[in-house]
Amino acid sequence: MSDFTNNFWNLYIVVLTVLGVLGCAVLLYSQSKYKVAKHNGPVGTTGHVWDEDLTELNTPMPRWWMWMFYLTIVFGIAYLFLYPGLGSYAGKLGWNSAKEYKAELAKADSEYGPLFEKYRQQDLKAVAADPQAHAIGERLFLTYCAQCHGSDARGNKGFPNLTDKDWLHGGAPETIKQTIMNGRHGVMPAMGAALGSDKDIENVAHYVLSLSGSAASDPIKSVFGKSKFSACMACHGAGGVGNQAMGAPNLSDKTWLYGGSAETIMETIRKGRDNTMPAFGDFLGESKVHVLSAYVWSLSNETK
Amino acid sequence: MNAPEPQVIRMYEARQEIYPREAKGRYASLRWLCVWLTQLAFYGLPWLTWNGRQAVLFDLTTRKFYLFGLVLWPQDFIYLAALLIICAWLLFLVTAVAGRVWCGFACPQTVYTEIFLWIERKIEGPRSARMALAKQGPSLRKFSKRTAKHLAWGLVALWTGFTFVGYFTPIKVLGAESFTLAFGPWEWFWVLFYALATYGNAGWLREQVCKYMCPYARFQSSMFDRDTLIVTYDAKRGEPRGKVAKDTGLSVNGGSCIDCTMCVQVCPTGIDIRNGLQYECIGCAACVDACNSVMDKVEQPRGLIRYSTDRALATGMSAQDIRRRAMRPRVLIYTAGLLLVVIAVASSLVLRTPLKMDVIRDRGSMGREVDGGAIENVYRLQIMNTTEQPHRYRIVAAGLPGLVLATTDEVTLAGTETRAVPIRLRAPHGAGQAGSNKITVQLTALDDPALTVKETAVFIVPR
Ligand code: SF4
Ligand code: SF4
Repeated sequence: MSDFTNNFWNLYIVVLTVLGVLGCAVLLYSQSKYKVAKHNGPVGTTGHVWDEDLTELNTPMPRWWMWMFYLTIVFGIAYLFLYPGLGSYAGKLGWNSAKEYKAELAKADSEYGPLFEKYRQQDLKAVAADPQAHAIGERLFLTYCAQCHGSDARGNKGFPNLTDKDWLHGGAPETIKQTIMNGRHGVMPAMGAALGSDKDIENVAHYVLSLSGSAASDPIKSVFGKSKFSACMACHGAGGVGNQAMGAPNLSDKTWLYGGSAETIMETIRKGRDNTMPAFGDFLGESKVHVLSAYVWSLSNETK
Repeated sequence: MNAPEPQVIRMYEARQEIYPREAKGRYASLRWLCVWLTQLAFYGLPWLTWNGRQAVLFDLTTRKFYLFGLVLWPQDFIYLAALLIICAWLLFLVTAVAGRVWCGFACPQTVYTEIFLWIERKIEGPRSARMALAKQGPSLRKFSKRTAKHLAWGLVALWTGFTFVGYFTPIKVLGAESFTLAFGPWEWFWVLFYALATYGNAGWLREQVCKYMCPYARFQSSMFDRDTLIVTYDAKRGEPRGKVAKDTGLSVNGGSCIDCTMCVQVCPTGIDIRNGLQYECIGCAACVDACNSVMDKVEQPRGLIRYSTDRALATGMSAQDIRRRAMRPRVLIYTAGLLLVVIAVASSLVLRTPLKMDVIRDRGSMGREVDGGAIENVYRLQIMNTTEQPHRYRIVAAGLPGLVLATTDEVTLAGTETRAVPIRLRAPHGAGQAGSNKITVQLTALDDPALTVKETAVFIVPR
């Protein structure tokens, strides 16, 4: 970029452009008429002679055509005056593509804004029951959310399923809206060092499995793990039921964000997990998020 | 020896005004027939109604082209290319056989010039009167005639611009808007632009368009050969020309051409056909009409200027021989090419299903294991109902044993609706090999089994 902050190249382009335009005008003027030796005979020639006697007939172009050439030159000058094109000169109209993009956005907002605004005034559950809002919400979801949560909203490893009743931060419509507006940051600290040996980690993992009544849980290991689980209780609670206020998952159900095998749980305990749901409030604006939240809520709730 | 006196050569010169005399005859009538037919179609079509909407409408905002029962979507743009190819072949064929008949009879430039000339004749009078008026100094009479002419031209031009925009904006809405002049900015632009183009081209530029601007005039000669029908002057019969001798009807010099210059006066491009074939000649046959009526008057056989071919003129072929020579390889190849494209386009239009679908696999997840070890893949079906009626469709997936839809298998789309429908496909544990498996997704309208599309997709079984 430093090439372009230096004024030399700017001048270079300006000079080239101006010379080019002037050159066209000079060429046009100099070529529109010229003097040749006088001929006799019925048809005029241009006076060009090749191979001794080969001459070029002059069949003149219409004059309006010449004026069109001059007009294009005038047009070019006017264009360079009004629009950017002459080096770094911004043009009298101050046009640029960023402004045009913003204008387009503003136009779209003014067109669809009232519709979104209407829904924003309504209760989220009422919006969820509105078929048109549902269709809009679905489109918004497919555009902005499906990359992580899947087109069917059932999530992926590490990305929550939005169609069940299991919520990390709570499934009330207002909570969902909070989540989309501000994003969430879910951190499970690495507990490996705190718990002790590999054996201890395995025992805790089996205890955790036993909380959800999994058949894969080894009863002996689980008993040993129970005492160590006290390190986890601060977040996940005594019975491992989780805490939505801090986004700690419920460990006593069969829903697992990363997988419910002993190995996966051990890995989670050992290394921790770090999850981010980005904030969409600034990007989409509240009224769109409102419709989107209603749609997401409706995925796990009867609205009819 | 003296140096010759220098002389100024101009590479551009002012246009010389042409005042074509009105030609009457077979070809003039034919041209008027073409004017009526093309303009009835052009001015009339946008007013027709079909299915409760404008029958012919190129709706750019929703990107749908309506042609009576046919609705073309952006995906059908191949048909536009096909249409252009057909037009090109047709032009090749017609040009090879009959020269510039398109130019002389059906080209919009010719048609509008004919209409504008008619107005000019009605207001300013015949050729001689028009020439006299042009020479006259300013006077009230001249001013009022000129004003009337330009007003009339302007009205036709505006109506043409209005009709043109009516192909893109529903013309009845446009008509209502025109009472209050409430056009949108683009409607204003195009109505005025098209009106100005009509006014300028047919009123002012006329033959200049054919001579200097039209690309077809520049390359049509490559489709000409010695057997192409052209408007020609029969020099063998006509020369030597001269004033008419009273008794014979021939010229005093013995040729048939009595040098009345009627053929030059009617020519819209201002050339003398007696100098032979020239690139300016648009093949309008006005000179044929003119000369024939002259020949009638002097009681000579018609056809001193006539449609003939270069070869026929040189060898004196009969009309029948000319017709036989029309079936030459060049013509047969053009015909075959044309037929091929027409058949291909027609059959593809007939076989076209007014329903489109794309199957897009979710990229976020490979394949997900659910209860009992079954595998689920998520897809988004991009469905376009390109008919104008609502339909209910059934989705069927096949290709793996036990492959079923885990989501609803029916979906309803309104007329001309486009929708993304997320679906989940589920295959039982053990179906298919690890990795990707070819499957198909089929969509069928419940009320019309002919409305069916089938797309292939990939089902991924995680290792
Ligand atoms: S020469 Fe005859 S056919 Fe050719 S443009 Fe003139 S009038 Fe028409
Ligand atoms: S109209 Fe016929 S007769 Fe008259 S000048 Fe032309 S060719 Fe000759």
